[in-house]
Parts: sequence; C-alpha cells; structure tokens
Amino acid sequence: MSTFETVIGLEVHLQLKTRTKIFCACPNVFGGTPNSHVCPVCLGLPGSLPVLNRQVLFDGMKVGLALGCRINTFVKFDRKNYFYPDLPKGYQITQFDFPIAQQGRIAFISGGKKKHVGITRAHIEEDAGKLVHDAAHQCSLADYNRTGTPLIEIVSEPDMRSAQEAYDYLTALKLTLSYLGVSDCDMEKGSLRCDANVSIRPLGEDRLGTKTELKNLNSFSALKRAVEFEAGRHEGVILGGGQIVQETLLWDEAKGRTVSMRSKENAHDYRYFPEPDLVPFTFDAAVIEDVRRTLPELPAAKQARLMTGHGLNDYDASILVQDPALADFFEACVSAGAEPKKAANWLNGPVMKELNDRGCPLAGLKLTPANLVKLAARVEDGTISNLAGKDVLADIVVSGEDVDCVIAAKGLAQVSDDAMLVSVVDEVLAANIKAVEEIRAGKAGVTGFLVGQAMKKMQGKANPKKINEIIARRLTHG
Amino acid sequence: MNTASLTAHELMDRIKIGGITPARIVDDVLARAQAVNPGTHAFIRFADKITAGEGACPLPIAIKDNICVNGSLTTCASKILEGFRPPYDAEVVARIKAAGGVILGSANMDEFAFGSSCETSVYGPSHNPWDLKRVPGGSSGGSAAAVAAGQAVWALGSDTGGSIRQPAAFCGVVGLKPTYGRVSRYGLIAFGSSLDQIGPITKDVRDGALLLNIIAGFDPKDSTSVNAPVPDYTRALGRDVKGLRIGIPREYFIPGIQPEVLAAVRAAIDVFKAQGAQIVDIALPHTAYAVATYYIVATAEASSNLARFDGVEYGLRAFPAVPRKGKLIDMYEETRAQGFGAEAKRRIMLGTYVLSSGYYDAYYLRAQKVRTLIKQDFEKAFGACDVILSPTTPTTAFRIGEKMNDPVAMYLSDIFTIPANMAGIPAISIPCGFDGAKLPVGLQLMAGPFAEETLLAAAYAYEQAAPWHQARASL
Repeated sequence: MSTFETVIGLEVHLQLKTRTKIFCACPNVFGGTPNSHVCPVCLGLPGSLPVLNRQVLFDGMKVGLALGCRINTFVKFDRKNYFYPDLPKGYQITQFDFPIAQQGRIAFISGGKKKHVGITRAHIEEDAGKLVHDAAHQCSLADYNRTGTPLIEIVSEPDMRSAQEAYDYLTALKLTLSYLGVSDCDMEKGSLRCDANVSIRPLGEDRLGTKTELKNLNSFSALKRAVEFEAGRHEGVILGGGQIVQETLLWDEAKGRTVSMRSKENAHDYRYFPEPDLVPFTFDAAVIEDVRRTLPELPAAKQARLMTGHGLNDYDASILVQDPALADFFEACVSAGAEPKKAANWLNGPVMKELNDRGCPLAGLKLTPANLVKLAARVEDGTISNLAGKDVLADIVVSGEDVDCVIAAKGLAQVSDDAMLVSVVDEVLAANIKAVEEIRAGKAGVTGFLVGQAMKKMQGKANPKKINEIIARRLTHG
Repeated sequence: MNTASLTAHELMDRIKIGGITPARIVDDVLARAQAVNPGTHAFIRFADKITAGEGACPLPIAIKDNICVNGSLTTCASKILEGFRPPYDAEVVARIKAAGGVILGSANMDEFAFGSSCETSVYGPSHNPWDLKRVPGGSSGGSAAAVAAGQAVWALGSDTGGSIRQPAAFCGVVGLKPTYGRVSRYGLIAFGSSLDQIGPITKDVRDGALLLNIIAGFDPKDSTSVNAPVPDYTRALGRDVKGLRIGIPREYFIPGIQPEVLAAVRAAIDVFKAQGAQIVDIALPHTAYAVATYYIVATAEASSNLARFDGVEYGLRAFPAVPRKGKLIDMYEETRAQGFGAEAKRRIMLGTYVLSSGYYDAYYLRAQKVRTLIKQDFEKAFGACDVILSPTTPTTAFRIGEKMNDPVAMYLSDIFTIPANMAGIPAISIPCGFDGAKLPVGLQLMAGPFAEETLLAAAYAYEQAAPWHQARASL
C-alpha cells in the first residue's frame, strides 16, 4: 500500500462549434484543404484586427452556468505572448484576470461514491493552427484552418486523488458539456483536449507536492494511463531520494511513458497584458439569466428525473442519459404508451447494439418512438418472437417502415393456429419416441429439444411458449 | 500657379468649372513628385499602376508605408517586411479609393513608425523640403515632405505619439490626429494599438477637413472604432472664435523651447486674442510624466505587435550561416536580427522588459495608472477651456544625423504631442511662422474627444488671420 496520495487537476480545452471563428467571419469547420478557411485576421496579417464573435460569449456563459460558476459581466481579453509557427500573431488572445466564469463545481460518481471537483475557472480563447511535419521532405507545414477556432478552457481545482477519479471527472464533464450543444466534445477530432497537472504527497500532508504537467493526452484511456505512470514515476523519484522537477511532459502513447518537453527554467514568460484591439465591456446581469433559461436539462437532473418520474433503476437511467437523444427518445416512447422499464430495455439493449454496430448516432436511424413502441407491443403480445423482433428492428432502423408491414412482408408472424401447431407437435413426437420416453421417465429437460424440433419445422414462425404448452398437453393426455 | 502647389479644395473647384481634368492633375503631380523625389526622398516607391480616378474626390494621395494597399508593397520601411504585399486594403484606403482617390505611392517613414526624423527607415532618410540637410520629422516624415514639396495633393500619416503633427510642424503643413476611434485602424500595421490613429496631412485646414470627411467613421472591422455620426467637417470652417476659450497649459511653456518657436506661438495667441477668443491659463499637472509613461505603454504594445514578424508566413526569412540552437529558433533569431533596425530592436527589448514577469506591476501597470491621470488632467482642463494651445515641437527641424546617437533627445521632440495620444483626444498642427533659418514652426491645438469640429474651426480661423500655410518651399 502506497504511503503517497496522488493529486490531479485537469485543464480541458473545448472547441466551440460556432458558425464562424472567434475573431473573424471565416467558417468554423473541422479539416478542409489546408489554409482554405483563412483570412487576413486569422492569418494574423499585419494591420488586421480581431472582432469578437458574440456567440462565443454566450457559449462561454452556458459552459460556466452548467458547471455552477459565477459569471463575470466584465468582458476583457488579454494577450499571451510566445513564439510558435502555429501562432501567426506571436500571441494568443485569451482571458487572463477576468475569465468569463469562475468558482464552479461538478459532482459525479467515482468508485461508487459521490465526488465533487471544483472548477477554478473557464475562460475564452482562440485556438492555434496545426503543424504537419513532413519527414520525407524534412520540413514542417503550417495549416491555419484551425487558427481562431473558439475555445473554452476549463481549469479544475487539484481535487482528484486517482487516475480513475480523473477519468470519471473527465467523463462527467464531457457528458455535461455535450448536453449544452456548444461543442462536438470529440477527443479524437481534438474538439475536447485535456492536460493534466499531477503531483504526489505523503498521505496526511496538506501542502501540494511539486507538479508536472502532462500533455498529448489524446483519449480517456491515455489520461488514465499517463496519470498512473506519472504518479508512479514521482513516487519512484521521491523514494529514491530525488526531487521532482517542475516541467511539462508529453505522454508517449506507444511507449506508455511520459517524456520531458520543457523544464521550468525554459518555461515561457507569457507577458500577459490587456489586448488593446478589443475594448473591454460590461454586459447587463439580466443577460446571464436569459442564458440560464436556454440551458437544457443537464444529465444529473435528467437521471434523477428518470429514476423518480419513471421508476427506472440507477443503471438504466445512467445509460439513457449518456446520450441526451436517447433519453429524449425514451421519454417519447413512454409518452407513446410504452412501459418505462420495457422501453429502457429496448433502448439500452437492441437499439444500443444497432447504434454500436452502425457506428452512428440515434439521429442516423430512421427509428421513431411510435414504431419502437409498436414493435415492443408485437413481441409482448406474442405476434412475433423475441428473435424476430430484433430482425424487425434491424429492418425498420434503416427503412423506417411500419412494424406491421415489415412483419407481414417478412412473414415473421408467429403461427398461433392451434390445429396446425398440434399436427406439427404430433409429427415431432412420433419421430422422437426415445425423447418422449425420457420425458415420461422424468427428464423434463428434454422438452426443450422437442420444442426446438417443432420450431425448426415451423421455420421459427411459431410461438415457442405455445409449442411448449401443446407438448405438455399431448404428453399428459396422449 | 502650377497644379502641384494647389490645395485639394482649389483643385476640386477647378475640376468643377472644367479648368482642369483629374487625369491632368495626376500627370502634373506625378511629374512633380518624380522630379523632386531624388532631393526629398519623400516616396520610397511609386505605385505600379497610376491611373486617373473617378469619383467625389479624384485626387492623388501619398500613403504612409504602414497602411495596407491591396497588392502593393507595404513594408513599414523595414527590411523584415521586404516583398510583403497585403491581400487587402486598409479601411482608409478602401474609402479613399471609393472616393476616386489615386494612390501615388508609399511615403517614407521611420521603421515601424519608431522615430521622429525618418532616419530609421531602411530606405534611408527623407529630407525636409525647406532645407534638404534637415529631417522632415517623423515618423510620417515622407507624407509631410511629399505634401510640403507638392509631390502629393495630400497624404495619410499615422500618429502614435506625434507622428503626424511633428513632421507637419517641421515641414510647414497641416497635420491632424483625430480622436482615437474616429478613423478605422483596420489595415494600419500596428505600433501602439491603444495610441495609433490615422490622419490627414494637408496643405491647409480645409483640406484636412475634406480628407477627414472621407476617412472618418465607424468600421465594424475595428472594435476600437467608435460608432458616432460623422459630421461634414468643412461646415465647421468659418465658425467665429469669438468667446472660444483657449487654454494655455503652463507645463508646456518650459525652458529649453527654441526662442523663435516660443515667439511664434506667443504671436499666435495674440492672433486668437485679436479675434475675440478668451485666453485661459490651465494646468496639465502630469505632463512631465507623459514621455516616460508613453515609452512604457507604446513599447509594450509594440513588442507584442511585432512578434508576428518571425519569418514564418511572409516577409524576410533568414537562417544563420552556421546552425546554432536548432532550426526553428535559429530562423526566428536570424530573421529578426537581420530584419529589424536598431531602434526597432531597442523598442522591442524595452517593451518585452516592461511586460516581463516581476516587472509588469512596476512598469506597465504603473504606466497605465499615470495614463489615466493624464487623461483626467485633460478632462478637467476641458471644463475650463474649449481648445488647448501649445507649440507642436520644442524646436524646428533638426539636422540629419544630429540626434541619431541620442535616443532620449530624439524622444523629447515628441514631448508636446504625446499627451494627446495618451488621452485619445484630437490634435492638429498648423504652420505659425518661421525661425531665423526659414524653417517652419508648428502650432498645436488640442480639443476634447470627438471635438474635431471645434479644433478645425479654431485652426481655420487662425489660418485665415495668419496665412503662414500659403508659403511654399522652393525646390
């Protein structure tokens, strides 16, 4: 058992999906031919000037409010000065001493326990461009399409105590942010990026140890593995009598270790100062309330409502809220007459499988709540088998056709005509004398075999429950 | 009278009565510009294509080399921007083009507007048309010299600490720095973003009003431009100055001012008095701190504004002959070492220093506080007067080379002009006489924010009573 505890704080960068960039009218879209979404402003050409996209301010407020922050009505931007080829102006426009949002908190479940992590601040800034290193030609190419993409940087307090907590915090944060609809929150595409500050200290110690900053964490699992590795490295250094050097490290995913990027001595002096090209201004506090009213129901509140309002258990509710569209769909199904637990089972089971198999969002399916409710009812009343139900689902998510039409067209309706089923059962019993004798001798398990034989003869279109009943009847009375 | 010596409004009058065509004006002025440019070096280059304009004001203009002209070399008289052709027009250039204006070429300037003499230009100094051995002032020295020498009907300059008014004073022309926010800075290659303002350099006050009419106004592309209505500034001309309260700031009349400058300014006060203006003694107590404060604020902003000149996207890119620290850092260092001149380096270092961690509070923050005090001085003063009068500069034009080795002496030539930039208020320099060496003396008038009409009215009244502006340099 380690005598150290790990202390983690995360800095998350969220790319906003506003229509245009933060300081110019260029479209804010991912990718594209290099340097095709650029203008004098985002290229930082001499003489160009930034003009704030007001939507960014509103989105920043949304993020702040969703994280329980206090919103600053005084809007001010600052310059963060450093040289890098992906930064065309030689400075990044950001917010230094007056972030849009401050002092929030997020709650989530980690290791079965409720955990709170403080949000220090969320501020607005611009994204840099992208460098492509061309090994073949021994050169680097700069693509400024991403330059000027609006970002919200969310800085947490050093409140996490394990890699798993950091992972759970990021999961909860991402879920909350995804509800706001202000970002794709896609780590793979870089619309959600995460840096981690890691330190360790002896258990019971209040002071923080020397921290290192981890970059290049490109996935949730990378975050977890990197923090675990780094905490272990710290412990090794300290137990070996050494001292941790404050520095920035890159996570090497392939080698599974952190690599030094720059030490504190080489740390940048960013020379922050107020951005003179953007005039600070104050907005009316009533605007905050207007924005608050536009906030959607957030996942924590939605989960609680699904549990108390529809009687779902914690597990079902937590799965449904992972995707607000799924949760909305669930409620639409209930409104359309579905029994809540059954609707949740359909959505969390077969529908989720369709989504995963197809790798598409719910909106990518042609499924309507009314059709799903009908399908559930047809299985429930025995019109089709469970298995056939999944078949029908696979069809209607693509075709969007009515459930009954699909059942008819595919001939999936179960035969409930007693006379026909009785004659099939009799054929099966006659052909399997040995099995019949075994059942009579008390081997009830063999019944399943006979049901299977009968189903086979019916090409799956029989109601197995019914066949079971007929076999039982025949064997007692016959 | 030849075309090149006429004012814009005189030329417009002649166009109207059919006395001259816009094409003829362009030909005459261009011929004059090219003929005398070897002497003045006011232009560092002429435009690739010069054709007569059509529109409300189809007159030839000189543009300072820090104002972007689409497709034309725009270099801030610096090596680091060699070959740079902006793919867009500055807002002021777009407005001038829309009025039919004809861009003759790029006027010389101190590199990145860092200087008061035009001597820091990578293309070499410009010369004062009144005495070619003397500087035309700076940083808009090329613009002022071009107008004074009849090489352009008028010109655009930019003023961060006096860069329009000081060269206007040295060259005997009119230079107007508008209120901060009155004219769009979009396309002006920034020096001190919170101080910079584009303005007209003209042969008389009426031309100043005319050119301001063209370039002033809100521009959504510049967040610091102010959305206030633009009056027809020429309508302020001719307003009576009777009862106008003219403040004389005692802090501006200090020992060290050239006696002939002082005498000319005193005489100007008498001219106003004779017209019925009321002369009031006022105090601007923080004036003494203006230059020091300015050199903190302006260099801080400049150090950041000039970071983009790094060899990556445009302009000069250089590598050391022998690799030093790594390809990228070598490129940055060598590009900037070769690309910037001594004064630019000095200001980048000053600005970097005052913003650096541990010094920010002592320098930049303190300077911002003093700036507020300077602004408050003016707010208070404009309670007691309508216009403030002072010399534009402590001396007339100095000799080329005279102050190049003494940066502080050079900085002090902007001592009377800097406060208006710190406060963001409009100010104008108009000719008010000559010294013993036949060098022009400039009179500065300042007014409250957006009181350009008051300023122009006062300047015009003076000009009518004391027509020093009619004198032309003989070249």
